Amino acid sequence: MLESYVPLLIYVLIVLGLIGALVTLSFVLGPSKPHKKKLAPYESGIIPDTPALRRLSVRFYLTAMLFIIFDVEAVFFYPWAVLLRQLKWFGLIEMLVFMGILLVALAYVWRNGGFDWE
Amino acid sequence: MSGIYADPIGHWVVVVIAMVLLLFVVLTATAYTVWFERVALGRIQRRPGPNRVGPYGLMQMAADGIKLVFKESFIPAKTDRVIYVLAPAIAVGAAFLAWAVIPIGLWYNVQYWIADLNIGILLVFAVSSLNVYAVVLGGYASNNKYSLLGGLRSAAQLISYEMALGLSLVPTFMIVGSLRLQDIAGYTVHWGPYNGPLPLIILTPIGFVIYLIAAVAETNRAPFDLPEAEQELIGGFLTEYSGLKFVMYYLAEYVNMITVSALASLLFFGGWYLWVVPPVLAFFLKVVLFLFLYIWLRGTFPRLRYDMLMRLGWKVLLPLAIANVIVTGVILIAVQG
Repeated sequence: MLESYVPLLIYVLIVLGLIGALVTLSFVLGPSKPHKKKLAPYESGIIPDTPALRRLSVRFYLTAMLFIIFDVEAVFFYPWAVLLRQLKWFGLIEMLVFMGILLVALAYVWRNGGFDWE
Repeated sequence: MSGIYADPIGHWVVVVIAMVLLLFVVLTATAYTVWFERVALGRIQRRPGPNRVGPYGLMQMAADGIKLVFKESFIPAKTDRVIYVLAPAIAVGAAFLAWAVIPIGLWYNVQYWIADLNIGILLVFAVSSLNVYAVVLGGYASNNKYSLLGGLRSAAQLISYEMALGLSLVPTFMIVGSLRLQDIAGYTVHWGPYNGPLPLIILTPIGFVIYLIAAVAETNRAPFDLPEAEQELIGGFLTEYSGLKFVMYYLAEYVNMITVSALASLLFFGGWYLWVVPPVLAFFLKVVLFLFLYIWLRGTFPRLRYDMLMRLGWKVLLPLAIANVIVTGVILIAVQG
Protein backbone atom coordinates (compact mmCIF):
# COMPACT_ATOMS: atom_id res chain seq x y z
CA MET A 1 0.00 0.00 0.00
CA LEU A 2 2.72 2.42 0.99
CA GLU A 3 4.73 1.86 -2.19
CA SER A 4 2.02 3.65 -4.18
CA TYR A 5 3.33 6.82 -2.52
CA VAL A 6 6.86 6.36 -3.89
CA PRO A 7 6.04 7.92 -7.32
CA LEU A 8 4.44 10.81 -5.43
CA LEU A 9 7.66 11.35 -3.47
CA ILE A 10 9.73 11.39 -6.68
CA TYR A 11 7.28 13.77 -8.26
CA VAL A 12 7.46 16.09 -5.23
CA LEU A 13 11.26 16.14 -5.60
CA ILE A 14 10.99 16.97 -9.31
CA VAL A 15 8.52 19.77 -8.60
CA LEU A 16 10.79 21.13 -5.86
CA GLY A 17 13.61 21.11 -8.40
CA LEU A 18 11.46 23.05 -10.85
CA ILE A 19 10.57 25.62 -8.19
CA GLY A 20 14.22 25.94 -7.18
CA ALA A 21 15.22 26.47 -10.81
CA LEU A 22 12.54 29.11 -11.32
CA VAL A 23 13.46 31.02 -8.14
CA THR A 24 17.18 30.87 -8.97
CA LEU A 25 16.58 31.98 -12.55
CA SER A 26 14.50 34.91 -11.35
CA PHE A 27 17.67 36.24 -9.70
CA VAL A 28 20.05 35.27 -12.52
CA LEU A 29 18.13 36.32 -15.63
CA GLY A 30 17.24 39.87 -16.36
CA PRO A 31 19.06 43.09 -15.51
CA SER A 32 19.40 44.41 -11.98
CA LYS A 33 19.36 48.18 -11.78
CA PRO A 34 17.84 49.11 -8.44
CA HIS A 35 16.71 52.66 -7.96
CA LYS A 36 15.09 54.29 -4.95
CA LYS A 37 11.97 55.30 -6.85
CA LYS A 38 11.70 51.89 -8.51
CA LEU A 39 11.90 50.03 -5.22
CA ALA A 40 9.20 52.13 -3.57
CA PRO A 41 5.78 50.49 -3.25
CA TYR A 42 3.40 51.29 -6.11
CA GLU A 43 0.19 52.73 -4.75
CA SER A 44 -1.26 54.35 -7.87
CA GLY A 45 1.28 57.16 -7.84
CA ILE A 46 0.48 58.36 -4.33
CA ILE A 47 3.60 58.35 -2.14
CA PRO A 48 2.91 56.01 0.80
CA ASP A 49 3.11 57.97 4.04
CA THR A 50 1.85 55.28 6.42
CA PRO A 51 3.15 51.72 6.87
CA ALA A 52 1.38 49.08 4.82
CA LEU A 53 0.80 46.76 7.75
CA ARG A 54 -1.91 48.23 9.90
CA ARG A 55 -5.02 47.13 11.71
CA LEU A 56 -7.39 45.05 9.62
CA SER A 57 -11.11 44.49 9.60
CA VAL A 58 -12.13 41.96 12.24
CA ARG A 59 -14.34 40.29 9.60
CA PHE A 60 -11.30 38.50 8.17
CA TYR A 61 -10.53 36.86 11.52
CA LEU A 62 -14.17 35.91 11.90
CA THR A 63 -14.21 34.31 8.46
CA ALA A 64 -11.03 32.41 9.24
CA MET A 65 -12.51 31.06 12.47
CA LEU A 66 -15.73 30.03 10.76
CA PHE A 67 -13.66 28.29 8.09
CA ILE A 68 -11.78 26.28 10.71
CA ILE A 69 -15.03 25.20 12.36
CA PHE A 70 -16.89 24.19 9.21
CA ASP A 71 -14.01 22.84 7.18
CA VAL A 72 -12.74 20.53 9.93
CA GLU A 73 -16.25 19.15 10.19
CA ALA A 74 -16.49 18.83 6.43
CA VAL A 75 -13.43 16.59 6.55
CA PHE A 76 -15.48 14.07 8.56
CA PHE A 77 -17.82 13.73 5.60
CA TYR A 78 -15.17 12.21 3.35
CA PRO A 79 -14.50 8.85 5.03
CA TRP A 80 -18.18 8.62 5.90
CA ALA A 81 -19.21 9.22 2.28
CA VAL A 82 -16.87 6.50 1.04
CA LEU A 83 -18.29 3.96 3.49
CA LEU A 84 -21.93 5.03 3.36
CA ARG A 85 -23.06 1.99 1.34
CA GLN A 86 -21.74 -0.32 4.06
CA LEU A 87 -23.00 1.78 6.97
CA LYS A 88 -26.56 1.88 5.60
CA TRP A 89 -29.33 3.54 7.68
CA PHE A 90 -27.28 3.55 10.89
CA GLY A 91 -24.48 5.58 9.34
CA LEU A 92 -26.89 7.91 7.59
CA ILE A 93 -28.87 8.73 10.75
CA GLU A 94 -25.69 9.21 12.78
CA MET A 95 -24.46 11.70 10.19
CA LEU A 96 -27.83 13.45 9.97
CA VAL A 97 -27.60 14.17 13.71
CA PHE A 98 -24.08 15.54 13.19
CA MET A 99 -25.25 17.64 10.25
CA GLY A 100 -28.17 18.92 12.33
CA ILE A 101 -25.74 20.25 14.94
CA LEU A 102 -23.69 21.80 12.13
CA LEU A 103 -26.75 23.47 10.66
CA VAL A 104 -27.78 24.88 14.05
CA ALA A 105 -24.33 26.48 14.28
CA LEU A 106 -24.71 27.81 10.75
CA ALA A 107 -28.14 29.26 11.52
CA TYR A 108 -26.79 30.87 14.71
CA VAL A 109 -23.94 32.59 12.88
CA TRP A 110 -26.29 33.60 10.09
CA ARG A 111 -28.79 35.18 12.53
CA ASN A 112 -26.05 37.09 14.31
CA GLY A 113 -24.81 38.60 11.06
CA GLY A 114 -21.59 36.63 10.81
CA PHE A 115 -21.90 36.43 7.04
CA ASP A 116 -22.80 40.08 6.41
CA TRP A 117 -20.06 42.24 4.89
CA GLU A 118 -21.90 45.55 4.49
CA MET B 1 2.93 -1.90 -17.20
CA SER B 2 3.91 -5.23 -15.64
CA GLY B 3 6.74 -5.68 -18.14
CA ILE B 4 8.39 -2.49 -17.04
CA TYR B 5 7.92 -3.28 -13.35
CA ALA B 6 9.97 -6.45 -13.75
CA ASP B 7 13.09 -4.36 -14.41
CA PRO B 8 13.46 -2.11 -11.35
CA ILE B 9 16.05 0.35 -12.72
CA GLY B 10 14.40 0.64 -16.14
CA HIS B 11 11.11 1.15 -14.41
CA TRP B 12 12.26 4.13 -12.36
CA VAL B 13 13.94 5.74 -15.36
CA VAL B 14 10.65 5.46 -17.24
CA VAL B 15 8.78 6.90 -14.26
CA VAL B 16 11.06 9.93 -13.97
CA ILE B 17 10.93 10.57 -17.72
CA ALA B 18 7.14 10.29 -17.63
CA MET B 19 6.96 12.82 -14.79
CA VAL B 20 9.21 15.33 -16.54
CA LEU B 21 7.15 14.81 -19.68
CA LEU B 22 3.96 15.48 -17.74
CA LEU B 23 5.39 18.72 -16.35
CA PHE B 24 6.38 19.71 -19.87
CA VAL B 25 2.92 18.92 -21.22
CA VAL B 26 1.21 20.88 -18.43
CA LEU B 27 3.53 23.86 -19.01
CA THR B 28 2.84 23.83 -22.74
CA ALA B 29 -0.87 23.41 -22.13
CA THR B 30 -0.72 26.43 -19.82
CA ALA B 31 0.89 28.57 -22.51
CA TYR B 32 -1.74 27.54 -25.04
CA THR B 33 -4.54 28.07 -22.54
CA VAL B 34 -3.39 31.68 -22.30
CA TRP B 35 -3.37 31.89 -26.10
CA PHE B 36 -6.80 30.25 -26.31
CA GLU B 37 -8.16 32.65 -23.71
CA ARG B 38 -6.84 35.72 -25.49
CA VAL B 39 -8.19 34.60 -28.86
CA ALA B 40 -11.58 33.55 -27.46
CA LEU B 41 -11.93 36.75 -25.42
CA GLY B 42 -10.97 38.71 -28.51
CA ARG B 43 -13.66 37.01 -30.56
CA ILE B 44 -16.24 37.58 -27.80
CA GLN B 45 -15.37 41.29 -27.92
CA ARG B 46 -15.34 41.34 -31.74
CA ARG B 47 -11.61 41.82 -32.22
CA PRO B 48 -9.09 39.32 -33.62
CA GLY B 49 -6.90 38.77 -30.55
CA PRO B 50 -3.21 37.87 -30.95
CA ASN B 51 -2.54 37.07 -34.64
CA ARG B 52 0.90 38.50 -35.41
CA VAL B 53 3.52 36.15 -33.92
CA GLY B 54 3.51 32.89 -35.84
CA PRO B 55 0.52 31.33 -37.62
CA TYR B 56 -2.74 32.40 -35.88
CA GLY B 57 -0.60 34.04 -33.20
CA LEU B 58 0.39 30.62 -31.90
CA MET B 59 3.89 31.76 -30.96
CA GLN B 60 2.59 34.77 -29.02
CA MET B 61 3.00 33.05 -25.65
CA ALA B 62 6.57 32.00 -26.43
CA ALA B 63 7.39 35.61 -27.28
CA ASP B 64 5.67 36.95 -24.16
CA GLY B 65 7.31 34.29 -21.99
CA ILE B 66 10.82 35.06 -23.22
CA LYS B 67 10.21 38.77 -22.79
CA LEU B 68 8.91 38.38 -19.24
CA VAL B 69 11.68 36.02 -18.19
CA PHE B 70 14.35 38.51 -19.21
CA LYS B 71 12.65 41.43 -17.47
CA GLU B 72 14.08 42.71 -14.23
CA SER B 73 12.65 40.83 -11.25
CA PHE B 74 13.53 43.13 -8.39
CA ILE B 75 12.56 42.90 -4.75
CA PRO B 76 10.98 46.17 -3.60
CA ALA B 77 12.30 47.99 -0.54
CA LYS B 78 11.16 47.05 2.98
CA THR B 79 9.59 43.79 1.84
CA ASP B 80 9.91 40.61 3.83
CA ARG B 81 12.46 39.20 1.41
CA VAL B 82 12.25 35.49 2.24
CA ILE B 83 8.46 35.35 2.22
CA TYR B 84 8.32 37.59 -0.84
CA VAL B 85 10.38 35.06 -2.83
CA LEU B 86 8.77 32.02 -1.25
CA ALA B 87 5.16 33.00 -1.97
CA PRO B 88 5.19 32.57 -5.79
CA ALA B 89 7.19 29.37 -5.33
CA ILE B 90 4.40 27.99 -3.12
CA ALA B 91 1.87 28.95 -5.78
CA VAL B 92 3.72 27.05 -8.52
CA GLY B 93 4.45 24.06 -6.29
CA ALA B 94 0.83 23.74 -5.17
CA ALA B 95 -0.40 24.01 -8.74
CA PHE B 96 1.90 21.31 -10.11
CA LEU B 97 1.63 18.88 -7.18
CA ALA B 98 -2.07 18.38 -7.84
CA TRP B 99 -1.12 16.73 -11.14
CA ALA B 100 0.53 13.85 -9.26
CA VAL B 101 -2.80 12.10 -8.89
CA ILE B 102 -4.81 13.38 -11.84
CA PRO B 103 -5.23 10.51 -14.30
CA ILE B 104 -5.12 11.52 -17.94
CA GLY B 105 -6.27 8.27 -19.45
CA LEU B 106 -6.13 4.56 -19.86
CA TRP B 107 -5.34 3.46 -23.39
CA TYR B 108 -4.41 -0.08 -24.50
CA ASN B 109 -3.67 -0.92 -20.84
CA VAL B 110 -1.12 1.89 -20.58
CA GLN B 111 -1.89 4.16 -17.64
CA TYR B 112 -1.31 7.85 -18.07
CA TRP B 113 -0.96 8.91 -14.44
CA ILE B 114 1.81 9.27 -11.88
CA ALA B 115 0.55 7.99 -8.56
CA ASP B 116 -2.44 5.71 -8.11
CA LEU B 117 -3.50 6.71 -4.59
CA ASN B 118 -6.70 5.64 -2.87
CA ILE B 119 -6.98 9.16 -1.39
CA GLY B 120 -6.49 10.85 -4.78
CA ILE B 121 -9.00 13.67 -4.61
CA LEU B 122 -8.13 14.39 -0.97
CA LEU B 123 -4.52 14.98 -2.00
CA VAL B 124 -5.65 17.36 -4.75
CA PHE B 125 -7.61 19.38 -2.21
CA ALA B 126 -4.76 19.31 0.30
CA VAL B 127 -2.17 20.71 -2.10
CA SER B 128 -4.46 23.13 -3.87
CA SER B 129 -5.36 24.61 -0.47
CA LEU B 130 -1.71 25.70 -0.20
CA ASN B 131 -2.59 28.31 -2.80
CA VAL B 132 -4.14 30.37 0.01
CA TYR B 133 -0.69 30.65 1.60
CA ALA B 134 0.85 31.83 -1.66
CA VAL B 135 -1.72 34.58 -2.05
CA VAL B 136 -1.87 35.80 1.53
CA LEU B 137 1.90 35.63 2.09
CA GLY B 138 2.57 37.39 -1.22
CA GLY B 139 0.19 40.17 -0.21
CA TYR B 140 1.62 40.38 3.29
CA ALA B 141 5.29 40.44 2.27
CA SER B 142 4.90 43.10 -0.43
CA ASN B 143 4.80 46.13 1.90
CA ASN B 144 1.94 47.61 -0.06
CA LYS B 145 -1.55 48.44 1.22
CA TYR B 146 -3.24 47.21 -1.93
CA SER B 147 -1.29 43.97 -1.96
CA LEU B 148 -2.20 43.30 1.64
CA LEU B 149 -5.87 44.03 1.04
CA GLY B 150 -5.90 41.91 -2.10
CA GLY B 151 -4.18 39.04 -0.33
CA LEU B 152 -6.56 39.12 2.61
CA ARG B 153 -9.63 39.38 0.42
CA SER B 154 -8.39 36.48 -1.61
CA ALA B 155 -7.66 34.37 1.46
CA ALA B 156 -11.16 34.99 2.81
CA GLN B 157 -12.64 34.20 -0.60
CA LEU B 158 -10.62 31.02 -1.11
CA ILE B 159 -11.41 29.56 2.30
CA SER B 160 -15.09 30.50 2.00
CA TYR B 161 -15.53 28.67 -1.28
CA GLU B 162 -13.35 25.74 -0.32
CA MET B 163 -16.05 24.34 1.93
CA ALA B 164 -18.69 24.51 -0.79
CA LEU B 165 -16.19 22.91 -3.15
CA GLY B 166 -15.39 20.09 -0.74
CA LEU B 167 -19.01 19.41 0.17
CA SER B 168 -20.21 19.52 -3.45
CA LEU B 169 -18.20 16.36 -4.13
CA VAL B 170 -19.40 14.35 -1.12
CA PRO B 171 -22.45 12.96 -3.04
CA THR B 172 -20.05 11.77 -5.75
CA PHE B 173 -18.01 9.87 -3.17
CA MET B 174 -21.15 8.40 -1.66
CA ILE B 175 -22.28 7.06 -5.03
CA VAL B 176 -18.91 5.70 -6.10
CA GLY B 177 -17.65 4.70 -2.66
CA SER B 178 -14.07 5.70 -3.40
CA LEU B 179 -11.80 8.76 -3.35
CA ARG B 180 -9.58 7.38 -6.12
CA LEU B 181 -10.01 9.50 -9.23
CA GLN B 182 -9.62 6.50 -11.52
CA ASP B 183 -12.60 4.79 -9.84
CA ILE B 184 -14.74 7.92 -10.02
CA ALA B 185 -13.94 8.52 -13.70
CA GLY B 186 -14.59 4.87 -14.56
CA TYR B 187 -17.87 4.61 -12.65
CA THR B 188 -20.12 2.06 -14.33
CA VAL B 189 -23.74 1.12 -13.75
CA HIS B 190 -25.78 -2.02 -14.37
CA TRP B 191 -29.27 -0.73 -14.97
CA GLY B 192 -31.34 -3.44 -16.55
CA PRO B 193 -30.34 -3.61 -20.20
CA TYR B 194 -27.76 -0.80 -19.86
CA ASN B 195 -24.34 -1.91 -18.74
CA GLY B 196 -21.51 0.58 -18.91
CA PRO B 197 -19.95 3.87 -17.89
CA LEU B 198 -22.17 6.67 -16.65
CA PRO B 199 -21.23 10.35 -16.33
CA LEU B 200 -21.91 11.24 -12.71
CA ILE B 201 -23.48 14.58 -13.61
CA ILE B 202 -26.68 12.63 -14.26
CA LEU B 203 -26.75 11.51 -10.63
CA THR B 204 -25.46 14.69 -8.95
CA PRO B 205 -26.39 17.68 -11.15
CA ILE B 206 -26.61 20.09 -8.18
CA GLY B 207 -23.19 18.97 -6.98
CA PHE B 208 -21.81 19.81 -10.40
CA VAL B 209 -23.29 23.30 -10.40
CA ILE B 210 -21.88 24.01 -6.92
CA TYR B 211 -18.52 22.58 -7.95
CA LEU B 212 -18.39 24.73 -11.06
CA ILE B 213 -19.17 28.00 -9.24
CA ALA B 214 -16.84 27.23 -6.34
CA ALA B 215 -14.04 26.17 -8.69
CA VAL B 216 -14.21 29.48 -10.57
CA ALA B 217 -13.96 31.28 -7.22
CA GLU B 218 -11.12 29.02 -6.06
CA THR B 219 -9.00 29.85 -9.09
CA ASN B 220 -9.56 33.61 -8.69
CA ARG B 221 -11.10 33.87 -12.12
CA ALA B 222 -13.71 36.34 -13.37
CA PRO B 223 -16.43 36.99 -12.24
CA PHE B 224 -14.83 36.12 -8.87
CA ASP B 225 -11.47 37.79 -9.51
CA LEU B 226 -11.79 40.15 -6.54
CA PRO B 227 -8.14 39.72 -5.47
CA GLU B 228 -7.07 41.28 -8.75
CA ALA B 229 -9.79 43.92 -9.02
CA GLU B 230 -7.76 46.46 -11.00
CA GLN B 231 -10.09 49.39 -10.48
CA GLU B 232 -9.82 49.29 -6.70
CA LEU B 233 -6.69 47.28 -5.84
CA ILE B 234 -4.26 47.83 -8.76
CA GLY B 235 -3.16 44.20 -9.15
CA GLY B 236 -3.99 42.96 -5.66
CA PHE B 237 -1.29 40.66 -4.32
CA LEU B 238 0.43 40.75 -7.74
CA THR B 239 1.10 44.51 -7.62
CA GLU B 240 4.71 44.34 -6.42
CA TYR B 241 5.71 41.26 -8.42
CA SER B 242 7.68 41.57 -11.63
CA GLY B 243 9.63 39.46 -14.09
CA LEU B 244 9.89 35.75 -13.46
CA LYS B 245 8.21 35.98 -10.04
CA PHE B 246 5.14 37.44 -11.72
CA VAL B 247 5.34 34.65 -14.31
CA MET B 248 5.24 32.10 -11.49
CA TYR B 249 1.96 33.46 -10.11
CA TYR B 250 0.52 33.70 -13.59
CA LEU B 251 1.61 30.15 -14.40
CA ALA B 252 0.07 28.86 -11.19
CA GLU B 253 -3.25 30.52 -11.97
CA TYR B 254 -3.50 28.86 -15.36
CA VAL B 255 -2.30 25.48 -14.14
CA ASN B 256 -5.00 25.66 -11.46
CA MET B 257 -7.52 26.48 -14.15
CA ILE B 258 -6.53 23.37 -16.10
CA THR B 259 -6.55 21.31 -12.89
CA VAL B 260 -10.12 22.21 -11.96
CA SER B 261 -11.24 21.67 -15.57
CA ALA B 262 -9.60 18.24 -15.55
CA LEU B 263 -11.22 17.44 -12.20
CA ALA B 264 -14.63 18.55 -13.48
CA SER B 265 -14.37 16.22 -16.45
CA LEU B 266 -13.08 13.35 -14.29
CA LEU B 267 -15.62 13.73 -11.50
CA PHE B 268 -18.74 14.53 -13.48
CA PHE B 269 -18.20 13.57 -17.10
CA GLY B 270 -16.53 10.19 -16.95
CA GLY B 271 -12.98 11.43 -17.62
CA TRP B 272 -11.51 9.68 -20.62
CA TYR B 273 -14.63 7.64 -21.47
CA LEU B 274 -16.40 9.00 -24.51
CA TRP B 275 -18.05 6.46 -26.77
CA VAL B 276 -15.53 5.56 -29.51
CA VAL B 277 -13.18 8.54 -29.16
CA PRO B 278 -9.65 7.50 -28.11
CA PRO B 279 -9.33 7.99 -24.30
CA VAL B 280 -6.59 10.63 -24.08
CA LEU B 281 -8.21 12.65 -26.88
CA ALA B 282 -11.62 12.42 -25.19
CA PHE B 283 -10.11 13.72 -21.95
CA PHE B 284 -8.39 16.53 -23.81
CA LEU B 285 -11.64 17.54 -25.52
CA LYS B 286 -13.54 17.66 -22.23
CA VAL B 287 -10.85 19.77 -20.57
CA VAL B 288 -10.82 22.20 -23.50
CA LEU B 289 -14.60 22.51 -23.27
CA PHE B 290 -14.33 23.43 -19.60
CA LEU B 291 -11.56 25.91 -20.30
CA PHE B 292 -13.78 27.52 -22.91
CA LEU B 293 -16.58 27.72 -20.34
CA TYR B 294 -14.19 29.60 -18.03
CA ILE B 295 -13.26 32.08 -20.73
CA TRP B 296 -16.88 32.45 -21.73
CA LEU B 297 -17.77 33.31 -18.13
CA ARG B 298 -14.99 35.90 -18.05
CA GLY B 299 -16.20 37.46 -21.28
CA THR B 300 -19.83 37.56 -20.17
CA PHE B 301 -20.21 38.41 -16.48
CA PRO B 302 -19.17 41.57 -14.62
CA ARG B 303 -17.19 41.19 -11.41
CA LEU B 304 -19.15 40.62 -8.21
CA ARG B 305 -19.04 43.00 -5.29
CA TYR B 306 -17.24 41.63 -2.23
CA ASP B 307 -20.29 41.38 0.04
CA MET B 308 -22.20 39.65 -2.76
CA LEU B 309 -19.35 37.19 -3.15
CA MET B 310 -19.31 36.27 0.53
CA ARG B 311 -23.10 36.08 0.63
CA LEU B 312 -23.14 33.69 -2.31
CA GLY B 313 -20.50 31.48 -0.72
CA TRP B 314 -21.86 31.25 2.81
CA LYS B 315 -25.60 31.79 2.43
CA VAL B 316 -26.30 30.04 -0.87
CA LEU B 317 -23.65 27.51 -1.84
CA LEU B 318 -22.82 26.12 1.61
CA PRO B 319 -26.43 25.37 2.71
CA LEU B 320 -27.19 24.06 -0.78
CA ALA B 321 -24.18 21.75 -0.64
CA ILE B 322 -25.20 20.39 2.79
CA ALA B 323 -28.79 19.88 1.58
CA ASN B 324 -27.41 18.09 -1.48
CA VAL B 325 -25.42 15.73 0.76
CA ILE B 326 -28.48 14.94 2.91
CA VAL B 327 -30.86 14.37 -0.01
CA THR B 328 -28.40 12.23 -1.94
CA GLY B 329 -27.62 10.17 1.16
CA VAL B 330 -31.28 9.50 1.93
CA ILE B 331 -32.09 8.58 -1.68
CA LEU B 332 -29.03 6.36 -1.97
CA ILE B 333 -29.81 4.39 1.17
CA ALA B 334 -33.53 4.22 0.38
CA VAL B 335 -32.84 2.78 -3.08
CA GLN B 336 -30.28 0.35 -1.71
CA GLY B 337 -32.57 -0.64 1.16
